[in-house]
Amino acid sequence: MGKLTIPQIEQKANDIRQDIIRMLVKAGSGHSAGPLGMADIFAALYFNILNIRPEEPDWADRDIMMLSNGHTVPVQYAAMAEAGFFDKQELLTLREFGSRLQGHPERERLPGLETTSGPLGSGLSQAAGYAYTMQYMDDIRDRFVYVMMGDGELNEGNIWEAAMFAGKYKLSQLIAFVDRNNIQIDGNTEDVMPLEDLKGKWESFGWHVIEIDGHNIKSIIDATSQARAISNRPTVIIAHTIPGKGVDFMQYDYKWHGVAPNSDQAKIALEKLRTLDGQITHEGAGV
Amino acid sequence: MTYQLNPDFYSDDVQLDPTRAGFGRGLKAAGEANESVVALCADLTESTQMHLFREAFPKRFVEVGIAEQNLVTVASGMARAGKIPFTSSYAAFSPGRNWEQIRTTVALNNQPVKIIGSHAGIYTGKDGATHQMLEDIALMRVMPNMIVIAPGDSLEAEKATLAMAENGKPTYMRLAREKTPIFSRQDSPFEIGKAYVLKEGTDVCLMGTGTMTYRLLITAKILAEQGIDAEVLHVPTIKPLDEATILASAQRSGRVVTVEEAQVAGGFGSAITELLSDKLPMPVKRLGMQDRFGESGDPKDLFEAFGLTSEHIAEQVTEWIKTTHRYHQ
Repeated sequence: MGKLTIPQIEQKANDIRQDIIRMLVKAGSGHSAGPLGMADIFAALYFNILNIRPEEPDWADRDIMMLSNGHTVPVQYAAMAEAGFFDKQELLTLREFGSRLQGHPERERLPGLETTSGPLGSGLSQAAGYAYTMQYMDDIRDRFVYVMMGDGELNEGNIWEAAMFAGKYKLSQLIAFVDRNNIQIDGNTEDVMPLEDLKGKWESFGWHVIEIDGHNIKSIIDATSQARAISNRPTVIIAHTIPGKGVDFMQYDYKWHGVAPNSDQAKIALEKLRTLDGQITHEGAGV
Repeated sequence: MTYQLNPDFYSDDVQLDPTRAGFGRGLKAAGEANESVVALCADLTESTQMHLFREAFPKRFVEVGIAEQNLVTVASGMARAGKIPFTSSYAAFSPGRNWEQIRTTVALNNQPVKIIGSHAGIYTGKDGATHQMLEDIALMRVMPNMIVIAPGDSLEAEKATLAMAENGKPTYMRLAREKTPIFSRQDSPFEIGKAYVLKEGTDVCLMGTGTMTYRLLITAKILAEQGIDAEVLHVPTIKPLDEATILASAQRSGRVVTVEEAQVAGGFGSAITELLSDKLPMPVKRLGMQDRFGESGDPKDLFEAFGLTSEHIAEQVTEWIKTTHRYHQ
């Protein structure tokens, strides 16, 4: 799949946000804030970073992308549809009986998903297991395993078991994202269960840490490029994002974590997103 | 085909070996037969007999430390990468501690990860109740996609390990710490999903799983001395049940006693009772742990205390059949 330019990816991120609103309002339930906040990262992944073939989801030489915080899967479904894994019309079946687009992702239902997730905290281990086989068992050096985690799910002990494991084995083909949007269901992350010093925590587990603006496409791409160049330890990219990004009445508000917009709210949200079309500025002139 | 017992089984010098040792040998053999087989352990490598595999295939062995949630989820990721991962720990910890990870990332995700729960049941003895896993059969057999196996002796554990390496499915196997008598033979059949009639009988059918089966062979002998003709059915695969063999075996006498060293609630006896209640309702007595935890002690004393020696089982069967009518179709 050809890589898109940064302005094209920004446009894709906006398309993905609109897809998310349409999916959620049709489904009548689901999570709004996280998926909207992660749209830029997913656009960068599916249209630039990942070495994948949408028409051949199980292509043996592909990069692996695992979603640990499965409740944010609308953003992955939207990115996959935009990338051509399946028809965009199917997005509107989200959460319906018989749909391949389950409320939380199920690998066996939809080609292109690498795992099944929803219960939090287990994605990093699976990505680490995959990366371990490449590094120590199969001598594969040119493929990478990406995993997306939410920040709230870092409350889970399983995450830190995996962090210790990946640190011990210096899994350099493992590249983790933390969607650092500072919210979880019961409130702000630092009120519910403080995560800071988050950078220091990962570093003390033997990881290379990069902190970025998770809405800056160039920063996202550059961070993964740096991560692939680090050959003696795993990398975590702490992506600072705005929950609900792009829809002003949802932004920064933890109450939008686990709810879908109603039809009136969706209309306003889509209008706002549409008027931003072509107006998104980006850094990194000349790229 | 009649199941041929180990000719030495009833002799005093019958060979004793723990089922976990059979697993260790089987895993090494599975590794030799299929290079996709890999092994992961949570700091109990020798206890669970994975050291044989580790020594033979160091590159394919992974130490994850005392982290059972990580154990099975790393294995799930390896399965996605094309491996056949065997994970081992004590059953109290795996699947005891990491059940949800198994449910989501192995069973629902349908990856061929093998969960080996060693030191299950009251054979774990002196370590006490915390380590005597009694709920694992119930926990694992309710999980869709999951195969559940409790081999009867170390020879069968070896065969079961080889079979599960090739079955392509999420699979749980429960193993015991202590040495138990080998009742099968090198050429005895083992197939996942099959039950085996070890002795035919028409007065009562004794159904056993795991390392309780050998006790039932002795129980049947005691009962024979009292003129009671007991059938002994060995059911090493608890899920899926070999329905045809179990129903045929139950029908011969029309009343069934199940025996397990696990909680009777939700366990092997429950599985048999559910089947019979659906297909061939008849009286069933379930022997095992009756809604209580174990405690520290020599396994011999614990089996006495919990009424699970061959002699105790014979007494309970004798009493029960006095007052229990047979099923007649």
